[in-house]
Amino acid sequence: MKLLYLIIPFAPLVGAIVAGLFGKFIGRAGAHWVTILSVGISFVCSVLVLQDVLAGETFSGTVYTWMEAGGLKLEIGFLIDRLTAVMMVVVTFVSLMVHIYTIGYMAEDPGYQRFFSYISLFTFSMLMLVMANNFLQLFFGWEAVGLVSYLLIGFWYTRPTAIYANLKAFLVNRVGDFGFLMGIALIAAYAGSLDYAAVFAKGPDLAAMTESVTGWPLMTAICIGLFIGAMGKSAQFPLHVWLPDSMEGPTPISALIHAATMVTAGIFMVSRMSPLFELSETALSFVIIIGAITALFMALIAIVQTDIKRVVAYSTLSQLGYMTAALGASAYSAAIFHLMTHAFFKAVLFLGAGSVIIAMHHEQDMRRMGGLRKYMPITYATVLVGAIANAGLPPFAGFFSKDSIIEAVQLSHIWGSGFAYLALLAGVFVGGFYSFRLVFFAFHGEERFRHAGGHHGDHGEAGHGHHAEPHESPKVVTVPLILLAIPAIVSGWLIGPMLFGGYFGDAIFIGENHPGIEEMAHEFQGVVPMVLHGLMSLPFWLALAGAVTAWFLYIKRPDLPAVIKQKFSLASFILEEKYGFDRFNDWFFAGGARGVGRGLWKGGDQMLIDGVAVNGSAKLVGRFAGVVRLLQSGHIYQYAFSMLIGVFAFLTWWLGRS
Amino acid sequence: MDSKTVVFYVLAALLIFAAVRVITARNPVHAVLYLVLAFFNAGGLWLTLQAEFLAIALIMVYVGAVMVLFLFVVMMLDIDIKRLRQGFWNYMPLAATLGLLLAGEMALVLSSDYFGTVAFPDRAMPADYSNTKDLGRLLFTDYVYPFELASIILLVAIIAAVMLTLRRRKDVRHLDPVKQIAVKHTDRLRVVQMPAEKESE
Amino acid sequence: MISLSHYLVLSALLFSIGVVGIFLNRKNLIVLLMAIELMLLAVNMNFVAFSHYLDNLAGQLFVFFILTVAAAESGIGLAILVVLFRNMSTIDVDDLDSLKG
Repeated sequence: MKLLYLIIPFAPLVGAIVAGLFGKFIGRAGAHWVTILSVGISFVCSVLVLQDVLAGETFSGTVYTWMEAGGLKLEIGFLIDRLTAVMMVVVTFVSLMVHIYTIGYMAEDPGYQRFFSYISLFTFSMLMLVMANNFLQLFFGWEAVGLVSYLLIGFWYTRPTAIYANLKAFLVNRVGDFGFLMGIALIAAYAGSLDYAAVFAKGPDLAAMTESVTGWPLMTAICIGLFIGAMGKSAQFPLHVWLPDSMEGPTPISALIHAATMVTAGIFMVSRMSPLFELSETALSFVIIIGAITALFMALIAIVQTDIKRVVAYSTLSQLGYMTAALGASAYSAAIFHLMTHAFFKAVLFLGAGSVIIAMHHEQDMRRMGGLRKYMPITYATVLVGAIANAGLPPFAGFFSKDSIIEAVQLSHIWGSGFAYLALLAGVFVGGFYSFRLVFFAFHGEERFRHAGGHHGDHGEAGHGHHAEPHESPKVVTVPLILLAIPAIVSGWLIGPMLFGGYFGDAIFIGENHPGIEEMAHEFQGVVPMVLHGLMSLPFWLALAGAVTAWFLYIKRPDLPAVIKQKFSLASFILEEKYGFDRFNDWFFAGGARGVGRGLWKGGDQMLIDGVAVNGSAKLVGRFAGVVRLLQSGHIYQYAFSMLIGVFAFLTWWLGRS
Repeated sequence: MDSKTVVFYVLAALLIFAAVRVITARNPVHAVLYLVLAFFNAGGLWLTLQAEFLAIALIMVYVGAVMVLFLFVVMMLDIDIKRLRQGFWNYMPLAATLGLLLAGEMALVLSSDYFGTVAFPDRAMPADYSNTKDLGRLLFTDYVYPFELASIILLVAIIAAVMLTLRRRKDVRHLDPVKQIAVKHTDRLRVVQMPAEKESE
Repeated sequence: MISLSHYLVLSALLFSIGVVGIFLNRKNLIVLLMAIELMLLAVNMNFVAFSHYLDNLAGQLFVFFILTVAAAESGIGLAILVVLFRNMSTIDVDDLDSLKG
């Protein structure tokens, strides 16, 4: 058994190293074969592990002790239980699909082997993160995925926008990591160990203590610290600003990292830490409010985006908000369930968008698309499936997971859950609207690309020759789309066993005062009854209303959107400016840092250190020497005279003494 | 006030006056002559201290030789007297102050009771006291070594003075015996082969 | 009565005059040398006075040697002066400042 656990993360690592270091020797085909093979092996092993875990076999143990420092053990270890198994399967499956898809998408890119190496490296990092059994390895995986995300966002490193985006992602992540480290440090300080099991066992003791510096309850401080890390990684408000810019990276990684896996690391982490979060209601309230804000406000921005990838990016942000809200409502299993379904349908949306982008010769602006369903039927079908799932219409996967979250939030009674419920409901309407807006705008209506008359996309990949009509993408692109669309439809039907069948067992701990899931379990009678019940519930009608509005505005009366935009110009302006976050961050933080740097450079370095300390001391010596030099007149009589003055002074002193 | 005191004060006053004029005289020749006067008065004072050998030696050696030498040099050098006196009085205040302070302090110490008549009473010498004889006895027995050294010093002084000021005439040819002896025949003679010439008949 | 202190004060005065003379005469090297002679005279005066009042002839003997050395020193000093005058055509002390820092 242990061998399987070792193979799962390290096979992609080996693939990454081979493709990265020996990419030139093994060629493009060699690079993609070796990485796909390694990730494939990893996926098969993950499925085997899932089977094992379902049979009841869990594992928690140390693989390698790195060092012991002052009573704190730093080790590599694995914790394989149901939560881990689910994550492993999702990560490896989506990674495998993305690897295959990349063969087609990056076919003409000069950095082909480098890309495969990076995405395999990412798979390794993410697996280390989810399989960790101690905070140190969790943090290692956390940072590693952040690093690989940086490398991948800036994959086309000659583009200034890409470099800006990857630095932004890394820095915003860093802010989150700061809070994360605070949480881990508090745990290490007060619990004396970094091992999950030991820390969870100490949970109730820690909950009774207060943190010494600020006087806050210890568990609240720890949980908020950990959640700040999740805010950075999972792009919650206000650390969400990096995700839309991360669309500068190639589409496959947008699917892999910024939809399915890396951004869900925060959600996974909070679920894993459920024994700790359950002990602090303040932290849970904080989580649910942040999640709800993100869910609603990011969805609103999505409705004014014209870049096809940006729409999906803001959609991702909104769905992450939903997952976070679920965490706040103590419905951890619902959050993980939504994570899983979202991974599938968001990957479909991203990869579908990528397929469209290839077909449009790297044109990403939806205003220059339209009517594509005739030319790209498979892509259209899969994207439609993804959109329906995203909107949350039954019987597709998104409906089950989204509805469960909304119900759980409704049933929760921690502070802020009322606001969260309203925000999530509003978000459902907006979600339905933008999902179908994407479909209608890009695939229906008049073929606006004909008017454009051969605009290239302004992204620097090698331009193709002009084709008069777009055509369907090659099989390496469409097959993964189909393979991902299938779970996007059916995975929702696992809701019974996953949410209410005690699937997660000991992996997730829910306190007695947060009975949301329990109550829902009582009401749950099966998939079909849930669908029928859902057809009569508010979220369904809201989603449908959103879809109909989209149909109306983009198919029936396509002239209206411009009019509405003019009438609500202020709201439209705010949404297009993304609530001014980017401007503020650029001005305040980036500009402030630059200003501080400049001040320290001009004032501190140039004036103080160079001027006063270094040059100043030299000048001081020079001036002093200049004065002393006057004594060296060259005239001997003056020397004799000064000797005499010395004698005289000595005489005076001696006389004075006696 | 007895005669000895009067003599002392007269000689002392002249001595001081001469010394001041030495350093303030405009003409260097005058300065030298005032120095001669100072030496004479000093010699007189030493006579009252019954150090007659030294008094005469002072006159003979110092005045007779050294001061004459000074005069030679003063008159030999073509000195611009006008330029000499520029800026002379600029430094007078500082110098005078310091000089007065110095002299005043020393006088303060030296006129105290440590050096008074009680500690150092005046002595009278016996009638047949010969200062020269006593000095000679001491010089050639206890201090003969420094005496010899003093003569070496004088020798060195002679050689130094000559070496410093010696100027060689450029138009006189000299022989260097060392080079002369080190000459080889090949430096002077070069043998050349020539065919014998037939004498014409 | 003339005591030792009279002679000592006298020689102190002479010495000070010599010092002042060194400091004042920055245009005439010869007077500088003469001021040095004055200082030597003052010292000699001191020695002779002490020798008389302490009844120890060593003081006078020392004067003897001082006289010798002073003569030698004057000779060499003047020789240097002559050579200096040959090279610089001036006996201005202010011009001897090649040691100037």
